[in-house]
Amino acid sequence: MADALFPLEARGLSVRLGSHDALRSVDLDMDGTRRVVILGANGAGKSVLLRTLHGLLAPTGGTLRWAGSAARPARQAMVFQRPVLLRRSAIANIEYALSVNGVDGEERHRRAHSALARVGLSHLADRQARVLSGGEQQRVALARAWALEPRVLFLDEPTASLDPTAAAEVERIVGEIHASGTAVVLTSHNLGLARRFADDIVFIEEGRITEKTPAESFFASPASPEASLFLQGELP
Amino acid sequence: MTDISASLVLALRLITGADPELWRVVTLSLEVSLAASILACALGLPLGAWVAVRRFPGRRAVIVTLNALLGMPSVVVGLVVYLMLSRAGPFGSLGILFTPKAIVIAQTLLVLPIVAAMARQFVEDAWGEYREQLTSLGVTPTRAVPTLLIDLRYSLLTVVLLGFGRAASEVGAVMIVGGNIDGVTRVMTTAIALETSKGDLPLALALGIVLISVVLALNTAAYLMREWSERRHG
Repeated sequence: MADALFPLEARGLSVRLGSHDALRSVDLDMDGTRRVVILGANGAGKSVLLRTLHGLLAPTGGTLRWAGSAARPARQAMVFQRPVLLRRSAIANIEYALSVNGVDGEERHRRAHSALARVGLSHLADRQARVLSGGEQQRVALARAWALEPRVLFLDEPTASLDPTAAAEVERIVGEIHASGTAVVLTSHNLGLARRFADDIVFIEEGRITEKTPAESFFASPASPEASLFLQGELP
Repeated sequence: MTDISASLVLALRLITGADPELWRVVTLSLEVSLAASILACALGLPLGAWVAVRRFPGRRAVIVTLNALLGMPSVVVGLVVYLMLSRAGPFGSLGILFTPKAIVIAQTLLVLPIVAAMARQFVEDAWGEYREQLTSLGVTPTRAVPTLLIDLRYSLLTVVLLGFGRAASEVGAVMIVGGNIDGVTRVMTTAIALETSKGDLPLALALGIVLISVVLALNTAAYLMREWSERRHG
């Protein structure tokens, strides 16, 4: 869905980490309507691109604009490969995030419980978050992000550390988050996930975007030799 | 050897017989050490956490200074506090030299660097794990300070108890600013030093046993609490 946050326009976006050029003059446009999966080999710059779009990394060159504004938009969230949860209950983790974002009182309570219910973890609301299984922790992290009602959700390899059952559940929830009107951008190594989930594929190689194309055409006929090798499993 | 055995028996009698002199000294020791620990933690935990999460000019110098203060000779702290609180000093008008308050101040200054330096280390390690997630949620570094202190509460309990142990076991600074006045500023450590020099080994031994027991009990409690916390909170 298009709204005030989009379009996203990145022009000549560069990020230098120490002596390493992690992103090199990246141009990227997103309208927020399509599910975007960023693919690439290890160290290609997928996570750096995601963190830069989210605002965790400051670009060392180029511009990043959301609906024409250079300001980092507030209504966005990110879920990481390894969820970082506080040493408190599952519901308290979600309520903490809401509190930080100025949601208090009954509204905070309602949104936290609603988000936990949507990821199917209402029965674990009062359990300590860090003793839950990996899949449950990732679902709490998704609920925490969802409760914030973000306009865009970034996910960095959200299923990489999970067993197939937990990964399928996470994939289902991310689909529901998108269906609820949140733009979704995720990185993944999982070609199966990318095939099932992506509307658009962004292929990144050595810090450069070499392809941004509809998923069907990417998987049918990748334009670059590197993308072909990646699809054949020849790139790490 | 016979003297030591006899002294040990007498010491145990003093403890089990609830000797009033012994327990007056023990009570005062625990009171001033507890007060100093609370003050040092109230200042040192936020200070250490703040240094851990903030980046500012001179941060390295602050960290080096905190670490260096860990090794500061306690008699020097005692001397500085003495000079500050003596009649000619800037705080002489308070009239608290040779009172328990002076001991609390000296112990606080001794414990503060320990608490701050260790809290910084604990929080900095945790910040490495939490930083991206908390930043992503919109948490500012300033707001992260209480969040991290609460999240690490069971680990930091070890720091608090270490600080208490340091305060309770201090001799030099306490002797200088307290004066070891019987019934007023005589605490376990200064009493042990005095009674040993007087040859009253039973009282010195009894105080030593109580001191060691307190430290041991606190550390056992901290260990058990951390184990429980890891099982419960992950």
